[in-house]
Amino acid sequence: MNDYNFAYLDEQTKRMIRRAILKGLAVPGYQVPFASREMPMPYGWGTGGVQVSAATLTPEDTLKVIDQGADDTTNAVSIRKFFEKTAGVATTEETEKASVIQTRHRIPEAELTEDQILVYQVPIPEPLRFLEPRETETRKMHSLQEYGLMHVKLYEDISQHGAIATAYAYPVKVEGRYVMDPSPIPKFDNPKMEMAAIQLFGAGREQRIYAVPPYTQVVSLDFEDYPFEASKADHPCDLCGAEDSYLDEVILDDAGTRMFVCSDTDYCRTRRDAGHAGRLGAEAA
Amino acid sequence: MSLETPNAVYAGGFSNPPVAAAHAFRAAMNAMARPGEVQDITGAAPPDGISVAAGSLLLTLCDPETGVYLAPGTDSGALRGWLAFHTGAPVVPAEQADFALGSWEALMPLDRFRIGTPEYPDRSATLIVDTPGYYGTNAVLSGPGIKETARMQLPELTAFQNNAALYPLGVDFFFTSGSLVAALPRSTGITREA
Repeated sequence: MNDYNFAYLDEQTKRMIRRAILKGLAVPGYQVPFASREMPMPYGWGTGGVQVSAATLTPEDTLKVIDQGADDTTNAVSIRKFFEKTAGVATTEETEKASVIQTRHRIPEAELTEDQILVYQVPIPEPLRFLEPRETETRKMHSLQEYGLMHVKLYEDISQHGAIATAYAYPVKVEGRYVMDPSPIPKFDNPKMEMAAIQLFGAGREQRIYAVPPYTQVVSLDFEDYPFEASKADHPCDLCGAEDSYLDEVILDDAGTRMFVCSDTDYCRTRRDAGHAGRLGAEAA
Repeated sequence: MSLETPNAVYAGGFSNPPVAAAHAFRAAMNAMARPGEVQDITGAAPPDGISVAAGSLLLTLCDPETGVYLAPGTDSGALRGWLAFHTGAPVVPAEQADFALGSWEALMPLDRFRIGTPEYPDRSATLIVDTPGYYGTNAVLSGPGIKETARMQLPELTAFQNNAALYPLGVDFFFTSGSLVAALPRSTGITREA
């Protein structure tokens, strides 16, 4: 036993969050208000995701935490340690072995299964917020399915840039009803949202929880003549050679030398362990 | 409380509340996320006449912030005492309930319960339909949480279809029997099995 209640939060807080999660699952894509708590980390570091994970974890779970796809960045390491200490759960970096995955801004490359739960950290849950700052108005727009403004925004992208330039936090429509912010995942990940796992979204500062049950229809907004395109850098990974994964661009020196690597570190490592190598794979290893 | 209060009121809670509630919630969440799929849920020992599953749901989800409606046939001094001691949840009329407990017949008519508002569809009741046996009507389910179709035995079809037609408003259902729970959220489409 340690000095915290299991998974840090008190039981009444967890009940409040759990009720919000259930209503979120019953109305996919709808943002359920919840009484977000102060967490021992600053807003913007995943307080919403942490609260959803805390209300969801059981002692038998194996937790994986990723930040932009990586298991070894500050945010991921500190949240993993937080739950190791307060919930005593096992942790892993391997996507397949995890039962709960908390993520900041990526969906793992490996296909998720029915036995997994994906918890997103969400900064701004309201997809209409930058188009309409008033919460009373965006609530009304959702209730009336008044989403024309969002299409105007995408259209303005086309008129200014010749294509839909929105590359992340690309708006989706859930089950033909609610327009939802998928959190700032790259639009490359959008098609993966129709998955077998339960997806939960927590926005701590904005005090919203929403959810997408398994196999729910999630459609990225687009136009007939400008269809949605899940884009990525047009390179293979320089470490593992993967051509199907989302890539980070890394500047290597002052002369502008650069490399592209998988943003999903577990996917990249698994491939390299299996003998795959990219352009710089041999020397890096 | 008076000395006549039976000890049963104080017994039957979760033995290790944080862990038992986490397990029970996982079952409830899996049920709500996958309509029609049956999950095991245990931990509570509610007064006679209430299933383990329904009792576990009440202990997991109810507290002083949630009004609970107890339908006729379920409402008893023993249950009120148990609920008050373990959750502190106030017993309220159907129109104000966040959660309602009872048999399908006793929970009727359905239109008493809160269905949420267009701006806040989450402000709706969750009905726990506690049944000792199985229902006769076979329904085919489709919608969020269901890969293609799922099957579920329901007490009737029309009431659930009418509820689904209110989407995104409407109430959500848990069905409990023994230590099993399944759920039917408002988002699920329901047709009669051919």
